[in-house]
Formats: sequence, C-alpha cells, structure tokens
Amino acid sequence: MIDNWHDAIVDLAYLATAIMFIIGLKYLSTPKLARRGNQLATVGMIVAVLATLVSRELRVTENGQSETSWTNIGLILLALAVGALLSVVAAQRVKMTAMPQMVAIFCGVGGATVALTSVAEFMHKEDLGRGMIVLTLLGAVIGSIAFTGSMVAFGKLQELISGRPVTFPNQTMANGILFGGIAALGAAVVLLQDGSTAKLFVWILFIAALIFGAAIVLPIGGADMPVVIAILNSLTGVAAALAGLIMDNMAMVIAGALVGASGAYLTLLMAKAMNRSVTNILFGAFGGGGETASGGAGGEQKPVKEASVDDAAVALAYATNVIVVPGYGLAVAQAQHAVRELADELEERGVNVKYAIHPVAGRMPGHMNVLLAEANVPYEQLYDMEQINDEFAQADVALVIGANDVTNPAARTDKTSPIFGMPILNVDQARQIYVLKRSMKSGFAGIENELFHDQKTSMVFGDAKATLSAMVSAVKEN
Amino acid sequence: MDETTLLIIYIFVVAIFLGVELIGRVPSTLHTPLMSGTNAIHGIVVLGGMIVLGQADTWWLQVMGFLAVALGAANAFGGFAVTDRMLEMFNRKPGAGR
Repeated sequence: MIDNWHDAIVDLAYLATAIMFIIGLKYLSTPKLARRGNQLATVGMIVAVLATLVSRELRVTENGQSETSWTNIGLILLALAVGALLSVVAAQRVKMTAMPQMVAIFCGVGGATVALTSVAEFMHKEDLGRGMIVLTLLGAVIGSIAFTGSMVAFGKLQELISGRPVTFPNQTMANGILFGGIAALGAAVVLLQDGSTAKLFVWILFIAALIFGAAIVLPIGGADMPVVIAILNSLTGVAAALAGLIMDNMAMVIAGALVGASGAYLTLLMAKAMNRSVTNILFGAFGGGGETASGGAGGEQKPVKEASVDDAAVALAYATNVIVVPGYGLAVAQAQHAVRELADELEERGVNVKYAIHPVAGRMPGHMNVLLAEANVPYEQLYDMEQINDEFAQADVALVIGANDVTNPAARTDKTSPIFGMPILNVDQARQIYVLKRSMKSGFAGIENELFHDQKTSMVFGDAKATLSAMVSAVKEN
Repeated sequence: MDETTLLIIYIFVVAIFLGVELIGRVPSTLHTPLMSGTNAIHGIVVLGGMIVLGQADTWWLQVMGFLAVALGAANAFGGFAVTDRMLEMFNRKPGAGR
C-alpha cells in the first residue's frame, strides 16, 4: 500500500498541516481562541513548507533521470527568506487603520503566486491531459484576476486611485468582450493541447486576465472594497486548490478549498451586514449611480443646526449616559486615541460612557473593534448593535463620530431608500445628538441622512481628531 | 481521469463543506481578523511555487518560480503576522497599557 516511505512522510506532514488549518479556522471564529488559532495555522504553514522542501517533488528531470538541483533549492530558500522577511516587517509596521490595504496586498500576491505557478506548470509539463489543462488555465486566470483586482482595491483604499467608481462608456461591453476573448483563448489552448502556438496563447491569456482583474474592480466604489477583497480572497483559495489538483498536492487542495468556502461564506455575511447583495456590489451598484442617489438630495438644502465644540463639551460633561458611535470618519481621522481620552475624562466625572459598534463600522467589518482595541478602550465598554440598540432611548447624549449611513433612520422608514432594510443604530432615539463630521458630504450610500436634520441633532464640523482634542480640554475646564 | 485525481476531487468537495461549517456563526467583531487569517492560509500556494522552482530547468522558469515563492511566502507569513497583531490587541487585558 505504501510504496515509498519518503513520500508517505511528506503526505502525513501535509495531513498534519490540514488538521492544524482546520482547528485554526475553528478557533479563529471564536473570540477567546482566535489568536491561538492563527498561531496554530502558522505552525501548519511552516510544517507544510518544510515537508515540501524535503519532498521528492523538488527534482529536475533530465533524460529520464531526476536529480536535486542545489541551485534551485538555494533559490527557494532565498525566495522564502526574502518574501517572509519583507512581509513580516511590513505587517509589524503597518498602521491599524491601514489594515484593509495590507490585507488587499497579501491577497493579491497570493493570487500572483497561483497565476505564476499555473502558467509555469503549463509551460513546463509536456503531457498534461485536456482536463488538467482546463484546471491549469482556470488557476492562471483566477489567480491573475485576484492579483490585479486586489491591487486596484489597494489603490482605492490607499486613495491612490479615486474611490469613486471609475466608469467609461460601453464599459460593460468592453469587459464582456475581454471575458469572451479569455474564454475563446482558453478553449483554443485546450484544443491545441501543446506546441508553441498554445504556449503563446497562454501568455496572451495571462495578460488578458491581468487586465480583466483590474477592469472589473475599477467600477466598484471604494467603500465596497472590503467585500471585493473577501471575494478575491475566496477566489484565490479556489485557485490554490486547483493548483493543488494539478500538482497532486493534498495540502494545497484542502487549504484552498477551506479558504474558498469560508471566504465565500464570509463574503455573504459581510454583504448581509451592509444590506447589499454580492451581485449588486460587483455589477453596477448604487456606487455607480452617484447621480441617481444624489438626485433626491441635491436639490434643496435642508437646514442643519450647528454647534460649537464648547456646546458639545458641556452637554457631554453634564450627562449621565453617553453613547459614542464611531464610524468610518473616525478611522480616517485616526481619532481613536483622542476619543478614548475624551471618554476617560468623562468617566472621571462620573459619566457612563459606552460605545455602539455597528457591524460594518470602519473600513472593514470588525475594523472598528480592532481600532478601539488598539487605543486600549476597555472591552466592557464596546457593545454590538443588538446589545445596545435599546439603550439609546435612555442616553442623554449620543456622540456620532464620522458615522453616517449606519445611523440613517431612512433605513427603517423610507422604502425607496437604497439602504432600506439595513440594520441601523437607533441613534435618533437619544435625547440629544452631536454629530462630528468634516462636512455635510453624504456617506458611501450617497444619500441624505435625515438624522442630521433632526431637531435634537447638532453638527460639529471639522476634523474629528482636532475636534475631539478640543472637546477634551473643554470638558476639563467645566 | 485516474483514481488519484478522483480521490483528490473527493477531498476537495468535502473540504468545501467543512470550510463553511467551521466558521458558521462568527461574530462580526472577528470578520476582519478572520478574513486576514483565511487570506494567510491561501498562502499555501507557496508550495506550488516551491515545486515549480525545484523542477525548473530553464532560467525563465527559475525567475517565475522565484517570484512565485517570494510572493507566496509574503502572502502566508505576512498574512499570519498581521492577523496576529490584530488579535493581540483584542486579547490585551482591559485597561492595560494605560
């Protein structure tokens, strides 16, 4: 049954990796065990790399003789060291607010790896069957799309590329033609099987897929990037599994399938929290219709009440219960530390401060929790939407910092609103509402927020960080 | 299609179901770290790059392999490192570092 012990040991090591990934994933979805789960998965990865390093796969075949090329082994070690070292340093240095960009980059380079591996396999192997060719091409195409797609997502999150949907006339048709071309080239390669024409076609296919990846992400709005990355993440998993199928590598098949499935599921969860369907996000959403959305709001200017920093500080200082609603704007202004300072100051005066965290607050679902944890906001002050929504009615002041759509009552009342049905925080039930915002610009849904025109609402315009710091001093004086 | 391939497809399909089951009811707090963690796990493709580079018999296959391994390693180990940093902040004792 076991022909070769060397191979068997490598395969058993892969099995150990698979088990560590499975337990790691399970732990990652439980708050208490998450960190251990991640560490377990890291160990699994190291085991898999070591197993591959000593496996008989890493041999050059020449005239029917296979031999270890020490040059190649040296190159592998060098590449591993360079890749791991640079990325770990980057991971340590990146600011917590830039986390989504970092994840986008790591997702993209993974896609690039699959694409390079698949193309190289096609060029290298002589007698791939037609079935295997299909899988190889799929791996190359999906990997390429994940690579350039993630890079565009990175560009949008980093604001190197406009976060607004990039559109041009006949875009859908152009993308359709590109996709058709990729499919046709792929079919031709499968028919030809090998030879120099097939190889040339694979190179063209590779480049076309790279362009296609960028082309499909460009028209998607910046705020939807987390969901886009989640999709690309899942796709890269699938592509990794396909590459594993071609190379008979069990570790790649299992890990890829796990990521493909959990990533897809996670995508749905995220989309649900934003009340968006995945198709809506991918193909011409209301992100694309900036004009349709602003149509209703742009016409007339409804009045808003403006308050000074001191007004807000006094209201906060003499309140009993305050609920802070942090949002995307807080992340952008990097004001998480300033908000903690304010909360500390209020607590010292006996004010009861709580934070209401909407599931999609921040730049990514769960991002706000990370940011506030970084600022050492105590756990017990963070409340999920379901936990805290009934308490807004008892709150003397709700302090909204850079959050918009997640507080918009239109989600409850206005059937025509694009965000109708999205679960929101009941900020409008608080006795008094202060909204810290840079301007009256609408949120990513591109719609007017009635909350800002509420009788109980006062707007404090300016940079969140500067405003909060000024509020801290103002509270101290009172 | 030979027996091995069929077996691998079997495992592939089972692993897909497992993947969905595993993260069933994950709280939204953990969405970002979970995404980042699964992202690191697909860094397993580094193995594919290693095999390509190990078998490379031309200079351009060596170049492609080298790139694949370096990028794959970045995906895997950078991904795990960044996830660990996020989760470390969650695990910190409340009020610590004040």
